Amino acid sequence: MSTELNRTPLYDLHLELGARMVPFAGWEMPVQYSGIIEEHLAVRHKAGLFDVSHMGETRVRGKDAAAFLDAIMTNEFSSLRPNHARYTIMCYPDGGCVDDLIIYRVSHEEFFICLNASNAAKDIAWMKSQVGDWKVEIIDECSQWAQLALQGPLAEKILSSLTDLKLDTLKRFGFLNGEVAGAQNCIVARTGYTGSPGFEIYIPASQSTQVARAILEKGKPDGLLPIGLGARDSLRLEAGYPLYGHELSEKISPIQAGLSWTVKFTKPQFIGRDSLLLQTEKGVSSKVVMYSLNDRRIARPGATVFSGDKAVGEILSGTLSPVLNKPIGTALVTTGSNLDTLTVDIRGTHLPLQITQTPFFK
Amino acid sequence: MSTVPTNLRYTKDHEWVKVEADGTVTVGITDYAQAALGDVTFIDLPKVGRQLEANDVFGTVESVKAASDLYSPVSGEVIAINSSLNDTPDLVNREPYEKAWMIKMKLKSPAELDKLLDSSSYQSIL
Repeated sequence: MSTELNRTPLYDLHLELGARMVPFAGWEMPVQYSGIIEEHLAVRHKAGLFDVSHMGETRVRGKDAAAFLDAIMTNEFSSLRPNHARYTIMCYPDGGCVDDLIIYRVSHEEFFICLNASNAAKDIAWMKSQVGDWKVEIIDECSQWAQLALQGPLAEKILSSLTDLKLDTLKRFGFLNGEVAGAQNCIVARTGYTGSPGFEIYIPASQSTQVARAILEKGKPDGLLPIGLGARDSLRLEAGYPLYGHELSEKISPIQAGLSWTVKFTKPQFIGRDSLLLQTEKGVSSKVVMYSLNDRRIARPGATVFSGDKAVGEILSGTLSPVLNKPIGTALVTTGSNLDTLTVDIRGTHLPLQITQTPFFK
Repeated sequence: MSTVPTNLRYTKDHEWVKVEADGTVTVGITDYAQAALGDVTFIDLPKVGRQLEANDVFGTVESVKAASDLYSPVSGEVIAINSSLNDTPDLVNREPYEKAWMIKMKLKSPAELDKLLDSSSYQSIL
């Protein structure tokens, strides 16, 4: 691993805002500003601004763009209308995940793709390796874009005072192009990774600081706070969203992760189809489950899950839910285990896991 | 900036030690430590009566981000624990030097106190 960390265009602003910076996926990112719990609750009750410029971006353009994406993604893109986005998994032939992505249809022959920071280079290399005879070009735009997420019940009120875009017409997973806080050529999508309403905004990198400052200033009277990666993790876990490397990985397929809805077997062929179909028909050896704990101790990734005295799995993610005020998270558990009697070993103490099927925050 | 009261002694592991009038000591974690941990959610403390050697792990402090071991600054017997931290672990963030004390100990060897850092030495390692 290189020790040189990347910095987003907002690095200086983070320092000015008193952020604690940590290494994350090769980037130097804010983990918290005022405190994870306070930031989390600001997003749930008011609004929060996240710098997610570490995320990667790529563009797929050409006559075969939609067919190419249908061939390498689990979800379907030929049926996606322009100015709409769709969540998908990109799989290897064995059903393991290259990455999970959001793909925006810009026009009939052009798509814009958001990549996980830790996977961006791998994703682009993988996509290029699959081009073959398809009439498409894959354009790496990672360094051209900054990305902000403005999330929370007051997000729309704040953003609408900084843009002429018709946000009220924008449905979930729709997006618009235009000016935000004086910055041209932004992409504003009604998407997010928190479970609260809000937007993700792609901004040409050189103009991102002015947009972030404008949002912080405009949102301040409404209680908007800058939000770090710590609260980003607790928010997404409450909402039941997977994080690559935890609930999804080269070893954990979308079927195991409970994301079958992103896999369109109605498509005759796509990478991973045969393996994923087999997993669907024969069942998988282990599955991702969500849990809460009636305790103050947080189960950390890697902690062993037991059924009686038998190890049946491990914790994938764990944090404190500020909304429930108790620890929550996810675990990978052997199929067939009795979900009512699972425990987790936290430093030698076995605590009962309460397994839940629905997200903690909806 | 972290506060470092001058009337306390410190370890390089960011525990503070207050020597009481009766010769017993009170132990907690410093302002610097609580800030580094972030929101504290749980504190696991030893039972009263436990014998500790200097540098023994006497408990765990857990924040949203991570769990960290607590190290005994000196050798001796645990004579009291702060049970109010069970219900309000965030006291550690709010008042690390006062209400969020963790254990009181009866010293085995008062000479061990000389090995602890004074406030200016502790300040210099932050």
